[in-house]
Amino acid sequence: MSGIREMSTGIGTGVREASGVEPFADALARHGLSLGRDRVHTLQVNTGYLCDLRCRHCHLEAGPDRGEVMSRETMEAVVSFARRFPFQVIDITGGAPELIPDLPFLIEGISSLAPRLMLRTNLSAMSGTGRESLLSLCVAHRIVLVASFPSTNPSQADAQRGAGVTETAIVVLKRLNAAGYGVEGTGLELDLVVNPVGAFLPVSQETAERKFRADLLRKWGIAFNRLHTFANVPLGRFRGWLLQTGNYERYMKTLVMGFNPAAVERLMCRTLLSVSWDGFLYDCDFNLAVGRPLGDRKVHVSEVHELPPPGAPIAVGEYCYACTAGSGFT
Amino acid sequence: METYFDPADLAAFGDIGKDAPELAKKFFDYYAEVFKEGELTEREKALIALAVAHAVQCPYCIDAYTRASLEKGSNLGEMTEAVHVAAAIRGGASLVHGVQMRKIAEKLSM
Repeated sequence: MSGIREMSTGIGTGVREASGVEPFADALARHGLSLGRDRVHTLQVNTGYLCDLRCRHCHLEAGPDRGEVMSRETMEAVVSFARRFPFQVIDITGGAPELIPDLPFLIEGISSLAPRLMLRTNLSAMSGTGRESLLSLCVAHRIVLVASFPSTNPSQADAQRGAGVTETAIVVLKRLNAAGYGVEGTGLELDLVVNPVGAFLPVSQETAERKFRADLLRKWGIAFNRLHTFANVPLGRFRGWLLQTGNYERYMKTLVMGFNPAAVERLMCRTLLSVSWDGFLYDCDFNLAVGRPLGDRKVHVSEVHELPPPGAPIAVGEYCYACTAGSGFT
Repeated sequence: METYFDPADLAAFGDIGKDAPELAKKFFDYYAEVFKEGELTEREKALIALAVAHAVQCPYCIDAYTRASLEKGSNLGEMTEAVHVAAAIRGGASLVHGVQMRKIAEKLSM
């Protein structure tokens, strides 16, 4: 939805101007929907907020000065948790997981516990010294690498992630291709994640994938498997930027206008559990960012004896609109 | 009226249908159809619109199609090049009229 026609008739629709955004729970109710859990099949492990970058869209406000990192003791509890319950996917994220000293311990511990193990990387953190052994470990365990690459335009990507980051990312992507990642027939999957570099919604996944595939090949000879587009979530550093630049209100209206009832059923929070760096459970990484634990009660993975049943409620906030705009956040 | 162009006016574009609703409906239906994906993608059409917006110097259109181009997946490099295309055509249109100037001058000159 864009262009003069849409802008002229759409802005303001469904938004309570005086008090701001309609509460997400009200929007669900208005559409006759509720957000409850489905069968859990994915465990997302947030290894902490330490990161070599300080991205302006980061909902967790990760950065080099953050000291919250997953200890080996917590990793042991997470491995034990993953052994007790059958997850189809385990998704390691951060911060920059590569910076966590015991990451290989975690990978070794959980790689056999789920058919699909994913590691999110900002690419920059994969370029440091000693990362060759981590890459070898990823290859050995057939870990799916999910790399952030917001734009094929370096000036825009660097504006979001930091000066020179795109140049480093391209070097790392070439290195990953050389190791077989993203190359057909190797079985080593390299996916890209594209977040808009500003206060606007992402293009559809199919369109972005087609364009990035052509651009990356033409400009740098880089290949990848799949691409995911996600809207930026108005939390943390991104929310601060929106407010600081006067973009917050319009961005929220854009998210609210883009509310897609059909996306609710497919939301990742319905089938995912997020475990924080210190071992507590959340519905998703965004509820983790705002400190709203699963079931509104902090429970450590070591104390969990059953997964939340289908139908269990999921805590929501106005940031949830980022996951239901357009085709949604799945 | 403090300024001729107010960004808020863009949201009132639909008001053009007052007193002439059938014409407005035909225009907006046509407009919506033009920007749907056809032989050209929606992204390419938004880029063309961005360039034309600069050529006709329409602030509303520049606002709308800067946002549309970003949302359709164009990057700033592509958008800047599109504006240069508009500038080249506008500049070229002026310059090519120099041929007329030269022809007339040659006819009048010894």
